[in-house]
Amino acid sequence: MVLDCGRKPENQHASCRKTPSWDSKPRTTFYQLLHHTTSRSQWHHLLLHGVSVIHIGDQQGSLQPPTFPIPSLPPGTLSLTTRTMASSADRNPPPFPASEEPQPELSDMAEGDSDEGEDIFVSNSHPASVSRGVSQPEEPADLFSEEATTTAKPNGVHSDDDDLFAEAQADLSSDPSSDSTRKDLSSSSGPPSARSPAALQPTSLEQLEEDEAKDIFDVDVAVTNPEKVGDGMNAYVAYKVSTRTSLPMFKSKAFTARRRFSDFLGLYEKLSAKQSLHGCIIPPPPEKSVVGMTKVKVGMDDPSSVEFVEKRRAALERYLQRIVSHPLLLQDPDVREFLERDDLPRAVNTQALSGAGFLKMITKASDAVSKMTIKMNESDTWFEDKFQEVDMEEQQLRKLHAVVDSLVNHRKELCMNTAVFAKSMAMLGNSEDNTALSRALSQLAEVEDKMEQLHQEQAGSDFFIFAELLADYIRLLGAVRGCFDQRVRAWQRWQEAQSTLQKKREAEAKLLWANKPDKLQQAKEEIAEWEAKVTQYERDFDRIGMTVRKEVLRFEKEKAKDFKSQIIKYLEAMLQSQQRLIKFWEAFLPEAKAIA
Amino acid sequence: MQQEGLDDGPDFLSEEDRGPRAVNVDLEMDATLQVDISDALSERDKVKFTVHTKSTLPNFKQNEFSVVRQHEEFIWLHDSFVENEDYAGYICLVLCLADPRPDFDASREKLQKLGEGEGSMTKEEFTKMKQELEAEYLAIFKKTVAMHEVFLCRVAAHPILRKDLNFHVFLEYNQDLSVRGKNKKEKLEDFFKNVVKSADGVLVAGVKDVDDFFEHEKTFLLEYHNRVKDASAKCDRMIRSHKNAADDMNRIASSLYTLGTQDSTDLCKFFLKVSELFEKTRKIEARVAADEDLKLADLLKYYLRESQAAKDLLYRRSRGLVDYENANKALDKARAKNRDVLQAETNQQLCCHKFEKISESAKQELIDFKTRRVAAFRKNLVELAELELKHAKGNLQLLQSCVGVLKGNT
Repeated sequence: MVLDCGRKPENQHASCRKTPSWDSKPRTTFYQLLHHTTSRSQWHHLLLHGVSVIHIGDQQGSLQPPTFPIPSLPPGTLSLTTRTMASSADRNPPPFPASEEPQPELSDMAEGDSDEGEDIFVSNSHPASVSRGVSQPEEPADLFSEEATTTAKPNGVHSDDDDLFAEAQADLSSDPSSDSTRKDLSSSSGPPSARSPAALQPTSLEQLEEDEAKDIFDVDVAVTNPEKVGDGMNAYVAYKVSTRTSLPMFKSKAFTARRRFSDFLGLYEKLSAKQSLHGCIIPPPPEKSVVGMTKVKVGMDDPSSVEFVEKRRAALERYLQRIVSHPLLLQDPDVREFLERDDLPRAVNTQALSGAGFLKMITKASDAVSKMTIKMNESDTWFEDKFQEVDMEEQQLRKLHAVVDSLVNHRKELCMNTAVFAKSMAMLGNSEDNTALSRALSQLAEVEDKMEQLHQEQAGSDFFIFAELLADYIRLLGAVRGCFDQRVRAWQRWQEAQSTLQKKREAEAKLLWANKPDKLQQAKEEIAEWEAKVTQYERDFDRIGMTVRKEVLRFEKEKAKDFKSQIIKYLEAMLQSQQRLIKFWEAFLPEAKAIA
Repeated sequence: MQQEGLDDGPDFLSEEDRGPRAVNVDLEMDATLQVDISDALSERDKVKFTVHTKSTLPNFKQNEFSVVRQHEEFIWLHDSFVENEDYAGYICLVLCLADPRPDFDASREKLQKLGEGEGSMTKEEFTKMKQELEAEYLAIFKKTVAMHEVFLCRVAAHPILRKDLNFHVFLEYNQDLSVRGKNKKEKLEDFFKNVVKSADGVLVAGVKDVDDFFEHEKTFLLEYHNRVKDASAKCDRMIRSHKNAADDMNRIASSLYTLGTQDSTDLCKFFLKVSELFEKTRKIEARVAADEDLKLADLLKYYLRESQAAKDLLYRRSRGLVDYENANKALDKARAKNRDVLQAETNQQLCCHKFEKISESAKQELIDFKTRRVAAFRKNLVELAELELKHAKGNLQLLQSCVGVLKGNT
C-alpha cells in the first residue's frame, strides 16, 4: 500500500486542539455527599428518595402498636419520615383493601397545613387503619419519631453517617428536582418530634407513591467481618450479618448473627422452593467456588484469597439487600429466621455431592425435559416479548462482562509492570552521576510508584463496582427467566389437570352407560375433586401471570436504578483517580524543570 | 516543510515543536547545515525518504536541495563512519533502527486478518478497527522517519563528522547511490567480527586504566548501560499494558453502545451516554500511552544505544592503549635485540599518536555525551509531565461533564 506521510513531527498524538476550561463549577453538596457515602445501593436509595420506609403492620392482623421511646428528632428528618408512610402503604401486599378508604379523605387534608396532623391521624385510625397499629394519637407520633431516628442512621454500622445523612436531608429538601409535593413536605420540616403532622403527610405521599412508585424499605443489612473458623479442610469463613430495622415483625431493632456461606445458599434453596411457585424473582446468591475456598482454607493471607473473600462478602451483602428490599420475600419467615436466629441448622442440602445435591440435579433435568415436551400456548404476547428481551440482554451483559474482566486483568498487569518499572527507574537514577538528573529520576520512580497504587485502586473499582454489577445482573436475569419458567409450569399443571378432568368425565360417562352405581359415586367425587383442581390451577396460573408481570416491572426499575447509580459511582472513582494523577504530575514537574 | 499525511486519522493533530529533535536537544541548529526528512513514501517493501538540506557551506552546489534515499543508503553511511579509522575517537552516531520492515509486516498482517474477519463483525466495529490499524501503521511509519532524521541531524551537528565527504555525497548526489545491502558473506563476516570484538572487549575491559577520568567513565557506563537496558524493557512492557487497557475500553464502549441501542428507555439512553464517554476517554488514554512511548520509552531506547556506542568508544580507546603498550614492548625487545629498531620505533610512534588522538576526542565526546544526556532527559521529562497533566485534565473534565449530565438526568 502506498502511504504518503508528510513531514510530521513525532508528538502528534499529544496535543489536543481544544483547551479545556478549568473553571467547571463545583458539584452541589448533595452530590458530594453521594460521593462520600458508603458503597451500597441502599444508600443510593436512601439519598435519592430520601428516606426509608416503615412498615406499620406488615401482615393482616399481626398488629401490635409498637412501643417506642420518644427520642428527639434531628431537624429536618420529619419531612422525610412522613413520605415513608405513604410509600409503605402502596407497598403493602393485597390484604389491605380496607385501609385504602380513609386515605382519600386524608389526601384532601394533606394539602393543607401540616400542623393539623394529630386529629387527622386519629381519624385515620378507624376501620382498617387499626391495622396500622396506631390506636392512640401518641403512638403514631412516637412511631414517627422513632422512624425518624432510624432513618437518621441509614446504612448499617457507620455512625458517622448520621451527620452526613442529616445534612443530606436538608439538602434533599432543597433539591430542585424534587416534585412540588415533596417541596411542601420539606417546607414543613422544622418543628421537631411528637408532632403528628407527620401523620397527615402519609396520604398525599401515598398518592405520590402511586405516581412515582419509589422503592423504599427499612431493613438494613450488612455483611462484614469475614473470619476464618476452624482449620484445614474443614475450615470455613463466618460472616457477621448485622440487621437494623424497625419492623415490628423482628424481635429487636438491631441484631447480628454469624453465618457461613452454606447458610446463605440454604436460604436461597428454601426461598426458591416456596416462593417460586408464586412467580417471584428470587435474587440468586453468589456462586460456589471450590478453588477459591480451598485457597482460603489453606491460608487467608495472600492477596488473591483476600480478594476472593472480599468479593464474596460484598456479593453476599448485595444478595441480602436485594432479598430484604423485596416486599414479598421480606415477609418470609425463613428470611427472618436467617437474620435473627443465633444458631442455624447446617444447610446440608447445598453441598454439591450430597444426596440432596443429586436430587436437585435430577429434578432440574426432568424439569427441562418436561418444558420441552409441552409447548405453551401463549395467549399473552407480553410474556414472549419480555422473555426474548431478557434473553438478549443477558447475552449482551455477558459480552460486556467478558470485556470488563479483560480490562481488570490488563489493569492489574499495568499495575505490576508500573511497579517493576518504578524500581528500574530508581536504579537508573542511582547510577546517574548528574545530581539533579539523578534526583529527578528518583522522583519519577516515585511518581510511577504512586501511579501503580492508582492503577491498583482503579482495577479494584473496575472489578468491584462494574464487573460485579454485571455479574449480579447476569445471574438475576437467569432468575427472571426462572420465574417465567414457573409460569409455564403452572400453565402445564393446569392443562394436565384439565386433561385428567376430561378423562374422569369420560370414565364417568362410561360408567353411566355401563350402569355401575357404586363406582359412579366414586367417579362423581373424583370429577368434583378435579374440577376444583382445574379452577384452582387456572387461578394459580393467572395469579402467577400477574405476579410475574409485577415482578418484572419492579425488577426493571431496580435494574435501571442500580445500573445508573453503580456506573455513576464507577465514573466518579475514575474521576478521583484522574485528580490524584494530576497532583502527582504537578508535583513532579518542577523537579523535572530543575534538572540542570 | 510540514505536510499533512493523506491518511491522517482524527487522532493525529499537529504539534508545534519538531518531533525528532525531541530526543536530542542541543543540536546546533545553525544555518550552516540543516538537514531534515521532509517526506516519506512507503512502497510495499521499501520506504523512500526525501532528505532535504539547507546549507550555506561553500562545498555544496546549491543552498537548498533534496534527494531521495532508502534505508540501505543510511546504513551505508553509518557503516562508512564505523569503518573509518579516523573516526574511531567519536561516538559512532547511532542509527537507531535495525530493520524497520518487521514492524510494518505485523501491521499489514493484522490488516489482512481484519479483511478476512469482515463478515463476523458489525459494520461499526469493522470500520473502527480498520481506523485503529491504520493509525497504528501510521505511528510506526512516523517513528521510522523520525529515527532516520535523528541520525542525520546528529551527523550534521557533529563538528567533525559533518565535514565527512560521504555525508556530503549522501546529501547531495541525486542519483541512486547504488549501495547494495550486505550479501550473505559480508553478513557472516560481520557476525564473526562482532564475536571477536566482544571477546576482545572482555579482555580489554580487564586492563585497568591509568587515567582516572576514563576509569570512572568505564565503570559508570557499564552500570548505566545495564540499567538503561532494564528500564527500557520494563517501560515498553508498561506501555504495552496501558495500550491493552485502552483497547479494552474501546470494546466496552462498543458493547455499551449495543446495549444502548436495544431500546429507547431511560436506561438505554444512559448506556449510550456512557458509551460515548468511554470512547472519548479511551482516545485520551491511548494518547497518554503514545506520549509515554515517545517521551520515555524512546528516550530510554535512544540512550541505551548511545551508551552502547560510548562503551564501544571506550573499547576502541582501550584497544588503542593495548596496541600502544604492545608496540612499546616490541620496541624494547627490538632495542634489546638491536634488530628492526626503526620499524618498531615508527610503529610505536604511530600507536602512540593514534592512542592520544583517540583519548583526546573520546574525552570530549564523553563529556558531550553527558551534557546531551542531561539535556535530553530534562526536555523529555518536562514534556512528559506536561503532557500527562494535559491529558489528565482533559480526562477529568470529560468525566466531570459526563457525570454531571448523567446525574442530572437521573
